[in-house]
Amino acid sequence: MSWEVVIGLEIHAQLATKSKIFSGASTAYGAEPNTQACLVDLGYPGVLPVLNKEVVHMAAMFGLSVNATVAQRSVFARKNYFYPDLPKGYQISQYELPIVEHGELFITDADGNEKRIGITRAHLEEDAGKSIHEGLDKSSGIDLNRAGTPLLEIVSEPDIRSAKEAVAYMRKIHTIVRYLGISDGNMQEGSFRCDANVSVRPEGQTEFGTRAEIKNLNSFRFVEKAINFEVERQIDLIEDGGEVVQETRLYDSDKDETRSMRSKEEANDYRYFPDPDLLPVEITADYIEAVRAELPELPDAKQQRFVQEYDVKKDDAAILTISRPVADYFEAAVQATEASAQLVANWVVGDLSGALNKDGLEIGDSRISAEALAGLLTRIHDHTISGKIAKQVFEAMWAGEGSADDVIEAKGLKQITDSSAIEAVVDKVIEANPGQVAEYRAGKDKLIGFFVGQVMKETKGQANPGQVNQILKSKLSG
Amino acid sequence: MTDLHTRSLTELAAGLKSGDFSSVELTQSLLDRVAKHDETLNAFVTVTGDQALAAAAKADADRAAGNVGVLNGLPIIHKDIFCTQGVKTTCGSKMLDNFISPYDATIVERMAAAGAVVLGKANMDEFAMGSSNETSYFGPVRNPWDLERSPGGSSGGSAAAVAARLAPAATATDTGGSIRQPAALTNTLGIKPTYGRVSRYGMIAFASSLDQAGVITRTAEDAAQLLGVMAGFDERDSTCLDQPVPDYVAELGNSIKGLKVGVVRQHFDEGLDADCGVKVKEAIAALDSLGAKAVEIDMPNIDLSVPTYYVVAPAECSSNLSRFDGVRFGHRAENPEDLHDLYCRSRGEGFGDEVKRRIMTGTYVLSAGYYDAYYLKAQQVRHLIADDFKRAFEEVDVIAGPTTPTPAFKLGDKVDDPITMYLNDIYTIGANLGGFPALSVPCGFVDDLPIGLHLVGHHFDESALLRCAYAYQQVTDWHMACPEDFK
Repeated sequence: MSWEVVIGLEIHAQLATKSKIFSGASTAYGAEPNTQACLVDLGYPGVLPVLNKEVVHMAAMFGLSVNATVAQRSVFARKNYFYPDLPKGYQISQYELPIVEHGELFITDADGNEKRIGITRAHLEEDAGKSIHEGLDKSSGIDLNRAGTPLLEIVSEPDIRSAKEAVAYMRKIHTIVRYLGISDGNMQEGSFRCDANVSVRPEGQTEFGTRAEIKNLNSFRFVEKAINFEVERQIDLIEDGGEVVQETRLYDSDKDETRSMRSKEEANDYRYFPDPDLLPVEITADYIEAVRAELPELPDAKQQRFVQEYDVKKDDAAILTISRPVADYFEAAVQATEASAQLVANWVVGDLSGALNKDGLEIGDSRISAEALAGLLTRIHDHTISGKIAKQVFEAMWAGEGSADDVIEAKGLKQITDSSAIEAVVDKVIEANPGQVAEYRAGKDKLIGFFVGQVMKETKGQANPGQVNQILKSKLSG
Repeated sequence: MTDLHTRSLTELAAGLKSGDFSSVELTQSLLDRVAKHDETLNAFVTVTGDQALAAAAKADADRAAGNVGVLNGLPIIHKDIFCTQGVKTTCGSKMLDNFISPYDATIVERMAAAGAVVLGKANMDEFAMGSSNETSYFGPVRNPWDLERSPGGSSGGSAAAVAARLAPAATATDTGGSIRQPAALTNTLGIKPTYGRVSRYGMIAFASSLDQAGVITRTAEDAAQLLGVMAGFDERDSTCLDQPVPDYVAELGNSIKGLKVGVVRQHFDEGLDADCGVKVKEAIAALDSLGAKAVEIDMPNIDLSVPTYYVVAPAECSSNLSRFDGVRFGHRAENPEDLHDLYCRSRGEGFGDEVKRRIMTGTYVLSAGYYDAYYLKAQQVRHLIADDFKRAFEEVDVIAGPTTPTPAFKLGDKVDDPITMYLNDIYTIGANLGGFPALSVPCGFVDDLPIGLHLVGHHFDESALLRCAYAYQQVTDWHMACPEDFK
């Protein structure tokens, strides 16, 4: 039987505020346990939450970026359950009236077509703390530094049909939140993670199959592997006559498998109700329009503009717009050179990316600035150096040997464009290779490559290849 | 000076100002009374004698230096629901018997900044859940008018202490009548301001949408003075409203001539003790003779107040009290086997029966499948009740009636019958459900036991209530009556 996979993702993006969603404590990562938890975060008797306005702004930015409705009235609710890392015994979240609803975004599916993924909702909530079991004998520790950190939970429609699409969708959200500057998207630190709801159904069936929820996936690779494992598990189970049970599962990346965490029967009744300590969040249409007016250019629009305005290949434009710093770098370099934007794109996507990857650097820490790269590309454009020599210059620049002009000057790499100088070398090569000259003249055209090579060798690659070709051809034919 | 305890806060302020006595002398004299009487009354959970004397000495020094806050050197008591830094804050529960608060509630901070001297923390029903003070882990408070009787609750300690002249004033809180009912039963004046008028920050939550802090005094003037200090916006409480606070004391003198007083027909039915009804009607007549105009009004949904309250309040409390889990503060079970055992025993041992009853009720009404039928329905009815009030306030300025159905009842009489106990708040709960300000002022005695006149005002119009009570106290002396053993 042929199976269709149905996936919905719940992405948790930590919002990049300085202080927590309901208290003034810092959200900085990595502090000593419990040093960034104030009385509100600790759930002390008598304390009250006060909403950090910044999160409303951020959620509105996100909503507008995915073509969603931003609610003028949303309500915080309490999700009640007991757990040691949940100090109040309830999590403040949004339930019936979330701040963002009915959004969408587009990914490219396996056939290269554009595909719409619906976004059911995005709501604001506080993160819990974490339990620490390692290094403690017969007891558990609680670190509440993370308690109260603002999260935007982004829930997709079950529109995703493969692990690859799930990754594409998640990457797209990741790109958007980073473009907006509302999340650092750091997956190692847990700032961007997701739960995947996965089910399968026979091709053609309209009802959904029973789903399992895989919790807390914190890398794109794990999302893909966990979903693929889970899909196979469910198909095997059904084909062996079994039934999928609705449950929560955990992905073990060491064993590359998912395993059951708790079943539906064990699930909590969260007893949601509006939090009486917080007033409904009310924002005006003017506020929403002001947020819209401030939105930065988003990846899709930027990609399109790069293609139209700079005539860059679509694939390159897609890569250049994955992150705002890369796009900004590209544009800064384009502005600073007369070389074609496609040449800039080739270098940013190619040599620059390679060098950054090799040294494990982000583009913001590049050893060659956009202006410096532009300087190099200008020298290709004005024929001061060839593309091949440029690679040598790039390496020297990367090693800190100065600007393109400094390197060209110091190493004497300037391209020879003086026709008489090239003619002299060509004459020398013709004289030194009478046999090949005869063969060429007898019709063996391919030998032109040999002569070019000889000339380049003599000039240490600095002769202008076009001129070399032209002069050789005219002299050999004469 | 042996009569300091008989004086009102306003009179004491005048005495301090004129130098007739110092705050240290005043504080010591009241601490002496506490030492003498509180073994009988049990109105205090904690007496903070040393801190009080130190604060009094500082107040005296401040006064000498010309630095005089409006409450400079004046002794008060805080209900033990307010967090007080460095002082045990129990909320009347075993759960918090070991809890020393690391911070001050906003009202504690504001009163301290105004120079108040805190004699101690008042006994109360556990987590403010009760109408007789019998649910306190620290034992019931006794009514100074009859030691066999309850002073009411949950602010029973605050009311008994003020009635017995152990302090001129005490802070209190009111979720369904917890300020006004004990005030009525002890011949004191209690005011519950508009919801959002006084910050709830640092006040241990029972039912967040209903809880409001107020004060118990003997005179309207004292209440006006204290409310002025407590009230006002606090950025730490999102439900505290940014509304200007009038000068309540200055407005007391304004005449009540022409003020329209609504008398709710439904409040004078068979549930009300007949003698109480007579006294309350006399009090309303007195207001009438002062120039106010009484008119009868209907509040068709008011009878639904008690059942509505006993869905909403337990729902909120079941969630609010989840934080008491034995993990970070408060009572923790010995040698828990595992996490589940830690939770179950810490809470099982730390909470009393009434608290458990309400947590269970609240958990039930919020459960999947019951939420719509109970919690949601109750919220809808709550709106209807609030609308009854709003409609009434289109016609009248204040609503008057009895505070309680009967005078103080005997300790032990109702403790095993929660429903009868709950009916004690039948006249007071409506104001909480609608967030309206309300006040109880002494209005006479039935069988030698005090009762109160209940006044409800429109949102943020505490002034109208205080003016009525003040005018009434100018022509009556019920509030001057002192229980025999505490003169």
